[in-house]
Amino acid sequence: MAASSKRSSRPTSVRKAWRSLTWLGVIIVGLFAINAAGVIWGGASWTPKLALDLEGGTQIILEPQLESGQTATQEQLDQAVSIIRQRVDASGVAEPEINTEGSNVVVRIPGELDDQTRARIESSAKLELRAVLATDAAATSSISPTDPASDPAEELSATPTVEPTDGSDPAWITPALQEQFDTFDCATIDDPDASVAPADEPLVTCDQTRTMKYLLGPVEASGENIVDATNGTVTTQTGASTGTWAVNIQFDDKGTKDFATVSTRLFGLSGQVPRDQFAFVLDGAVLTAPSMNGAITDGRPQITGNFTQESSKALADQLKFGALPLSFTVESSETISPTLGTSQLQAGLLAGLIGLILVVIYTLFQYRALGSVTIASLVIAGVITYLMITILSWREGYRLSLAGIAGLIVAIGFTADSFIVYFERVRDELRDGRPLVGAVEAGWKRAFRTVLASKGVNLLAAVVLFVLAVGSVKGFAYTLGLTTIIDVLVVILFTHPMLQLLAQTKFFSSGNPWSGLDPTALGAVYRGRAEFRKPVAVPAGKVASSSKEAQRRQTIAERKANAGVGAGSSEGKES
Amino acid sequence: MASRLTTFGNDLYTGKRSFNFVGGRKKWYIIAGVLIILSILIPAVRGVHFSIEFRGGSQFQIADVADPDPSIAQDAVAGVVPEATVTVAIVGGDGIRVQTDQLSQADSLEVSKALAEGYDVPESEVTSSFVGPSWGADVTRQALLGLGAFLLLAGIIMAIYFRTWKMSLAAILSLIVDLILTVGIYAAVGFEISPAATIGILTILSYSLYDTVVVFDKIRENTAEDGNESRRTFAESVNLAVNQTLVRSINTSVVAALPVASILFIGAGALGADTLRDISLALLIGILVGTWSTVFLAAPMYSQLREREPAIHRHDLKVLKERDRAAEPAISEALPTA
Repeated sequence: MAASSKRSSRPTSVRKAWRSLTWLGVIIVGLFAINAAGVIWGGASWTPKLALDLEGGTQIILEPQLESGQTATQEQLDQAVSIIRQRVDASGVAEPEINTEGSNVVVRIPGELDDQTRARIESSAKLELRAVLATDAAATSSISPTDPASDPAEELSATPTVEPTDGSDPAWITPALQEQFDTFDCATIDDPDASVAPADEPLVTCDQTRTMKYLLGPVEASGENIVDATNGTVTTQTGASTGTWAVNIQFDDKGTKDFATVSTRLFGLSGQVPRDQFAFVLDGAVLTAPSMNGAITDGRPQITGNFTQESSKALADQLKFGALPLSFTVESSETISPTLGTSQLQAGLLAGLIGLILVVIYTLFQYRALGSVTIASLVIAGVITYLMITILSWREGYRLSLAGIAGLIVAIGFTADSFIVYFERVRDELRDGRPLVGAVEAGWKRAFRTVLASKGVNLLAAVVLFVLAVGSVKGFAYTLGLTTIIDVLVVILFTHPMLQLLAQTKFFSSGNPWSGLDPTALGAVYRGRAEFRKPVAVPAGKVASSSKEAQRRQTIAERKANAGVGAGSSEGKES
Repeated sequence: MASRLTTFGNDLYTGKRSFNFVGGRKKWYIIAGVLIILSILIPAVRGVHFSIEFRGGSQFQIADVADPDPSIAQDAVAGVVPEATVTVAIVGGDGIRVQTDQLSQADSLEVSKALAEGYDVPESEVTSSFVGPSWGADVTRQALLGLGAFLLLAGIIMAIYFRTWKMSLAAILSLIVDLILTVGIYAAVGFEISPAATIGILTILSYSLYDTVVVFDKIRENTAEDGNESRRTFAESVNLAVNQTLVRSINTSVVAALPVASILFIGAGALGADTLRDISLALLIGILVGTWSTVFLAAPMYSQLREREPAIHRHDLKVLKERDRAAEPAISEALPTA
């Protein structure tokens, strides 16, 4: 029976082995081709992109400022991310990486970060549009000559005596508010408590240069409603440029409607300075407060003033990119010098190399020639992993971090373990007296199940960590999961086929002592000897209480019972 | 030399040589219990150091400094924020690490400039980080959430795969022991608990359970194949499986530990590679503890859980009775010759 199965299994197993190896070749060549195509046409590279901790650069984590009980929606965060990305892109930084992690926004900028870009990112920038009720020069007395709306009420009441009808109604200005306005000091504008007011209440603040004080009505529209803002020169009706710089705003539907109402009202107040003005408030400070020259109902107002090309561009950017749906504070900021990054990368690679050499030495020591299959499998797994990471960093923006490198180095051990499990099973089958070809097939059947189950647990851990964890844990989980999948792939398509083929060679099938699969060394001959052993084992019966002894006896007894009579033993000896 | 482990493996496989992992379980439980208590007590007494990511604060690092004099850093920080508490450490021979209270963004940049000037390096060479105290809490919360979700899912999946919740329970219990011991030993070594260490500890989840599944799969195979005709008690079957996979366990843990150990020793020497150092220490401890607990805790616990099942109990009694009967003639045969 053994002989017949051997005869029939030989061609099929060899054919299967070659088929698997061909598939593996196809996969590797395919990955190479994808990457090569990426390098030629898609801006990919032959090396994976590095994360900040290896490349050097700045990482800023922004945390949304929320009132208690409030949570940021994913939509708001996504919006914030795209706005911050626009801001960073506008500053010309190469390859910024901006995304959400939990409820935080993480900005990673490779290389050096100039103060201007940092300010762009960190300014929380909440844009509100409010009607102007009163203005005053900043550092002044309480007399406000430009303020026609001042209410000479005697008592400092904090609630309006008359319900204000719209955002420009002077009835908003209570005596208490007037008092606050009169005594407001523009130097305090940066204090977190200064110049904040709920959206439906008036606001006292200053402009960004701190030269003018403003008393503003409630919010009429907010920055989220601005779709676009550009700068350009004002053109005449015939299309000729007048040479005057202006900022063109485009509102969305809601903004268009709101702005139409406001502009019609303010245009009606035309001439009543400053109540015909409209203030764009960025983070509590007035960016600009133009007066209304007409009723704008198409949602495309144009701001003119003493703009230069630069100042109109700056204002347009602020209006466009300043429209964050949330306020953010800097939760952490980290700058890593490129030198440090390089030295960490070198340390990581050196550690990996030494680790790999140690593993190679140990495996060769343990499994002799069979160890070379382990090493070849590791090399194949390494090549596939490298290609996958390079492709992923091109397509998915994956970046190799220090934690990721640690994950890869650790994976050397985890990957090699699949081979160990497999080899040990094959050896077990040899010990049971099977010929090598049969042992490889039987051992594979058992080992494959174990490998799948255990790698499934590994993959589960990686997926759970990846889904739930934040920051560097994610990068680590990613590499762990990736290597787990590659590991299973390599065991199926390389290690097992290689063993199937090697089992056919004389070196291995004859059980050369250096092959690592020497049945004699593995004690396969026990089977034949068991008959002689048995009588020796019997007197040991007096220690039947010792389970250790009992087991020895049991095993040999069972072994004999199981032994497919002489066929197995002669086979074992013959090889 | 190699053949010695191979022969050892042969003897373990046939049962010629056998370690009584299952039978000696009381001993292992006591040892595990003592280790758990120590893992909780030692860090509790000595205090656990949390890294700056968990405490919140500002940190500055400069590599390859010509004159690694800590007082330069002290002065640089004092020049900007006189009231700040400053800790300066020399890392890797010529690197400087400065930790302070949480500085404002502006102060932080000022200190970077001052340090660059003081140590005469370009400003871009100064690595600075500023971490709000909520960061570490965020990471920890997510990690714990991940831990809980993983335990639950892995427990269910293993119960389905092995078709018994008892294997699942034994595996998860030994995994929890692994986590406690790993954290305890890590803290006892005196390293700071950093996000990198958290990663390492979470990886232990994966490794430890992986290791247990490999051994349990062999146990399942042995006990299932034995069936009713087996002449071994359940505990003996389990023990044989553990012994048969012992060489694998040793080889695997050595192969997994070698690269990790090499990261630990190289990472420890390099400046700023704290990530590598922390991750690898946590992993190294976890790999060793994980292998140990599979053999000494998970398998005995599983055996103990199953032994009380009536069918298995009956079978065990039958086996022992038959064995006694078999032993009697042997003794009586032996007597006359004696």
